[in-house]
Amino acid sequence: MSNLLEIQGLSKTYDKKQALNDVTLNIAPGHIVGLLGPNGSGKTTLIKIICGLLQPTNGSVLVDGNPVGPKSKAIVSYLPDKTYLDENMTIESIIAMFKDFYEDFDENRASEMLSSLKIDPKSKLKTLSKGTKEKVQLILIMSRRAKLYILDEPIAGVDPAARDYILRTIISNFEPSASLIIATHLISDIEPVLDEAIFLQNGSIKLYQSVDDIRAEHGKSVDELFREVYRC
Amino acid sequence: MPWNLNSDSPIFVQIIEHLQVDIISGVYKPGDKLPSVRDLAAEAGVNPNTMQKALSDLESTGLVHSERTSGRFITDDDTLIKKMRKSLVDVQIEEFFKSLEKLGFTGKEIIQLVKEYTEK
Repeated sequence: MSNLLEIQGLSKTYDKKQALNDVTLNIAPGHIVGLLGPNGSGKTTLIKIICGLLQPTNGSVLVDGNPVGPKSKAIVSYLPDKTYLDENMTIESIIAMFKDFYEDFDENRASEMLSSLKIDPKSKLKTLSKGTKEKVQLILIMSRRAKLYILDEPIAGVDPAARDYILRTIISNFEPSASLIIATHLISDIEPVLDEAIFLQNGSIKLYQSVDDIRAEHGKSVDELFREVYRC
Repeated sequence: MPWNLNSDSPIFVQIIEHLQVDIISGVYKPGDKLPSVRDLAAEAGVNPNTMQKALSDLESTGLVHSERTSGRFITDDDTLIKKMRKSLVDVQIEEFFKSLEKLGFTGKEIIQLVKEYTEK
């Protein structure tokens, strides 16, 4: 089967600083991959290039065979690390906007998740707590029937019970032909859900291995290995 | 509630152990149909591919078998289940003895202590 995401020799330089250095990686359909690394290791830069928000200095990205552009953007569902929604809008009107904007948006899925998390669709975004806002954004992103989901720090502000719900939702909702990349620091929470983990260090891939191979080889969890590799 | 998984051994191995215990303790009865891979994965809070791998492994031991269109079932072979029960007991007893031997007890002393404990 061909890869859903193919990245070849990708580099990005900001002025003199090298943010990404010759990154090559392939992600197969149906896989959930953790993108892990300390602050400033290049996670968000890599994600933004895949989403077409930054231009690479060198190298190429293919999403389901498409170079980054309108075709790739139509099949990538991206949750940024900062909010971009108008705080004065109600959840209902944001849902209507997403429906207009994205052909693959599934309104029923969004309503279902909102009601399971007891979030009133009539409320304005600015009246919600930080954690609830994050839940709403995640619901919007996961309600698209996309090929590639990219979540940048999706659960940092969410309580543990809602985290379990969200992870369960991801597991039971996403299609076997889709893939998901999660960039996060909360490794132990998401570790059981991952197929593979990518460790980024100073813009290069330090490790790209299946979670169970890491555990079998090192006799420790990905979380413990991370703490060891990046010990300060 | 996700299954309680520890951090030092592969997740698919722990899923297999969890399902074996469920079969032995009667959570799943012989001949029962198992939930779908996706539902089991969501229940356990693990990756569906990992759950799939664990179930394939259980299939190869004969404890679980799949019927092409109707899903996966627990074996109705009692002797197979009894055999697995016995082997899990052996593992537990071995661990029990090892940890008490570490504390300096001999095999005889341990058996004596177990007797005293059960008579209490």
